[in-house]
Amino acid sequence: MSSREKILSAVRANQPELTVLPNIELLKSYGNKENLLAQYTTVATNIGAKVYEVKNVGEVKMIIQNNFGAGKRIVSTIAELKDIADTKQYLSDLPGQLADVELAILKSDISVAENGATWITEEQMGQRVLPFITQHLAVIVSAKNIVATMHDAYSLIGITNPGFGAFIAGPSKTADIEQSLVIGVHGPRSMSLFLLRED
Amino acid sequence: MSAMQTKDHAELAGQFNTDENRVDWHDETLWWIRQKRDKAVNQLPEWELLRETASKIKEHVLSNLSNYLEAFEANVLANGITVHWAADAKEHNEIVHQIIKKHGVNRMVKSKSMLTEECHLNEYLAKNGIEVIDSDLGERIVQLAKEPPSHIVLPCIHKKKEEIGDLFHEHLGTPAGVSDPQILTETARQHLREVFLTRKIALTGVNFAVAETGEFVVCTNEGNADMGAHLSEVHIASMGIEKIIPNREHLGVFLRLLTRSATGQPITTYSSHYKKPRSGQEMHIVIVDNGRSVQLGRKDFRNSLKCIRCGACMNTCPVYRRSGGHSYHNAISGPIGSILAPNLDMEEYADLPFASTLCGSCSNVCPVKIDIHDQLYKWRQVIVKAGYTTKAKTAGMKVMEWTLSSPGIYHAAGKAGRIVMKYAPFAVNNTLNPWYKQRDMPKPPAESFDEWYKKNRGKK
Amino acid sequence: MTVGLFIPCYIDQFYPGAAIATLQLLEKLGVTVVYPPKQTCCGQPMANSGYEHLTTGCNELFIDNFSDFDYIVSPSGSCILHIKDHLHSEGRENQAVQVRRKVYELTEFLTDVLKIEQLDAVFPHKVGLHQSCHGQRGLKISQMTELVAAPFSKPLQLLNMVKGLELIPLNRQDECCGFGGTFCVAEEAVSVKMGVDRVSDHLEHGAEYITGADMSCLMHMEGILRRQGSNVKVLHIAEILNSSAQ
Repeated sequence: MSSREKILSAVRANQPELTVLPNIELLKSYGNKENLLAQYTTVATNIGAKVYEVKNVGEVKMIIQNNFGAGKRIVSTIAELKDIADTKQYLSDLPGQLADVELAILKSDISVAENGATWITEEQMGQRVLPFITQHLAVIVSAKNIVATMHDAYSLIGITNPGFGAFIAGPSKTADIEQSLVIGVHGPRSMSLFLLRED
Repeated sequence: MSAMQTKDHAELAGQFNTDENRVDWHDETLWWIRQKRDKAVNQLPEWELLRETASKIKEHVLSNLSNYLEAFEANVLANGITVHWAADAKEHNEIVHQIIKKHGVNRMVKSKSMLTEECHLNEYLAKNGIEVIDSDLGERIVQLAKEPPSHIVLPCIHKKKEEIGDLFHEHLGTPAGVSDPQILTETARQHLREVFLTRKIALTGVNFAVAETGEFVVCTNEGNADMGAHLSEVHIASMGIEKIIPNREHLGVFLRLLTRSATGQPITTYSSHYKKPRSGQEMHIVIVDNGRSVQLGRKDFRNSLKCIRCGACMNTCPVYRRSGGHSYHNAISGPIGSILAPNLDMEEYADLPFASTLCGSCSNVCPVKIDIHDQLYKWRQVIVKAGYTTKAKTAGMKVMEWTLSSPGIYHAAGKAGRIVMKYAPFAVNNTLNPWYKQRDMPKPPAESFDEWYKKNRGKK
Repeated sequence: MTVGLFIPCYIDQFYPGAAIATLQLLEKLGVTVVYPPKQTCCGQPMANSGYEHLTTGCNELFIDNFSDFDYIVSPSGSCILHIKDHLHSEGRENQAVQVRRKVYELTEFLTDVLKIEQLDAVFPHKVGLHQSCHGQRGLKISQMTELVAAPFSKPLQLLNMVKGLELIPLNRQDECCGFGGTFCVAEEAVSVKMGVDRVSDHLEHGAEYITGADMSCLMHMEGILRRQGSNVKVLHIAEILNSSAQ
């Protein structure tokens, strides 16, 4: 008998009588659905992200140019940023060749107010390793795409099927050394969130 | 393995308590984390509903596990990932080893996986000439110290920064005496970045495996699992059979509970959803039993398999905080470890269910409502019935039974005891009496309540 | 209404004052109290050590002694919880079930059954309330800090009726004292450390007395206080609620 068979037959023999799977509709009704932009900004700031409210991509460019020195490798999936970032070449790099990326600027369509996280799919990353290997990460988030809770986020993600996706909440961090919070461990040292208000 | 005389929890905890300042430091650090958890969960009026929902989802999964495992496997295969089944720790280690050998490499980077601790994977691979580097900062620290992690979420919570500084000085070249967490972390970043960039094979754990889609989620604050996986040519993910949840939407429930319970954060920095291999990459999932199907068959203990490995029970446990994870001599320590371990080896872990006052705090912080303290009580009965107790203890209990089953004998014994305590206190107040080591005995009163009642209320 | 008074073995032997106070307090409140003389112990010390199978004698004695009362009241949360959860009888399971339904710890009996709103008690001292775990988390006589739920406390409700009593705050509201039954000697080092920490919290906040609904916890803390040479005393809540102007 293969291990697969051994395991499955042991599980079948030992599992208890079938119980009901609860539905989560009631949970979906909770969550503060007001002032999502303000909530998101507060929480994202608390978890170490820098939040900027912007009216258009032009403002994003200006802030980036003011904060990130010339001569550093900037990469982006956003076509409108092609004059300040590499939006094409990096896609054919081997993942390890992205080790010298200073700043990656990505876009997200779903952000979560309760925890300051933003959902980015493989397609929006271009390369899976990019949002992790870059020294600094920036994400343009549409203000109207902020939802209250994770339940709402998964409702939007629905049955879409990215080969890889991640909720990213702030810069990488650890408190492993005597509970001292240190920002910037293996992932990015900083995260900038551009909340695009296209009123 | 059972023939080895491992020290038991009481002895190890006794050693831990010889340094009271250190115990205070360990206790206060973990209590502070419990308080952060309290602050976070009190922001959600629906917190108890979340717990109840998660508990019922997990109970349902356990009642339908064989179907969910098959559904998960079918979807994983359809996604282009290879599935392996390991009946026990040895088989898991062999499978991982074979994958590494097949690719002709002799090293691997690994992110946090308590399952691989349980299987002693690193030791097995080392014996077979494979170097494993643990990439989680806390795990890397205990790896350099040649110790097991002491907490499932905070691996080196028992280590002071000066000790970590010394380790880094010895192994990573930091200057002697440097203990600043920023500097030490930056050093680890540079050291491990080189590892990520050069290891063809990466192994990660699995926090949640979704049957509906065949995807699995890995949660980290550091991004180390992703750095390893996305830079590797081969990504191996190890999971226990109980990591299954039914549908993608259930991730919302569990991700809202997990990190609030663990550290008081609303979510980990990264909640990475792996579904298909990267183009050109090979992915493997190893599904491991190692005693879980046996635990599934134990009516009183199967709910321990609901565990989502948050560590909240450890943070709240007043015994854990004052004895440290290593005193449980098991990969998974604390309250949850104490109800999982006896299933693996009842003799080896017979002491763990007794390392508790049954205060019940653990059961009430558990995000999936495992009745931990009730299971601790029940394990005690099982362990004693199985004979893993001492003759002296059994003899003492039998005397107690005999005394307490008869009012006459009970009162006579009580009176005799009080007389001894009054007239020959040295008989009781000495080093043979463990109570007396650090506490005074209660003062024996002139008469018991029973004697008072008979004298003052008599027969009406 | 007739109440059967159950006095835990260690209160009977070492802290008769708590038992006398319980009896007097219930009688003051108009309850007919009967003390069955053939009672011994609830069996918890054996059961918690893994020897539940040796508690048949205690179980049968308990059913013999207490089946006939309207209520069974005891000044001990842990003993009542043990009976509630573990009283069984091979031959008389129906009676065992009935008994389990009528057992009450003292403070919950006063607030939930007698529903008392005032007491004549006077106790002009600084008092720390120790929330014993089995009463709190097991019998739910007060809310626990682990849950997101409305706070309440039956012992506190009663202490608030005592004139002159000043309740001190604590850093850790409901941490275990470390007694834990045979744990107190089997894991002596951790047990004592837990007790020392609990006591320190009370001392730091100026307690003159530490009270609670479980004498076992108080006995453990008293042992530590006396070893420290402290003047702080422990007192079962029954004795405070039964106190009067001197």
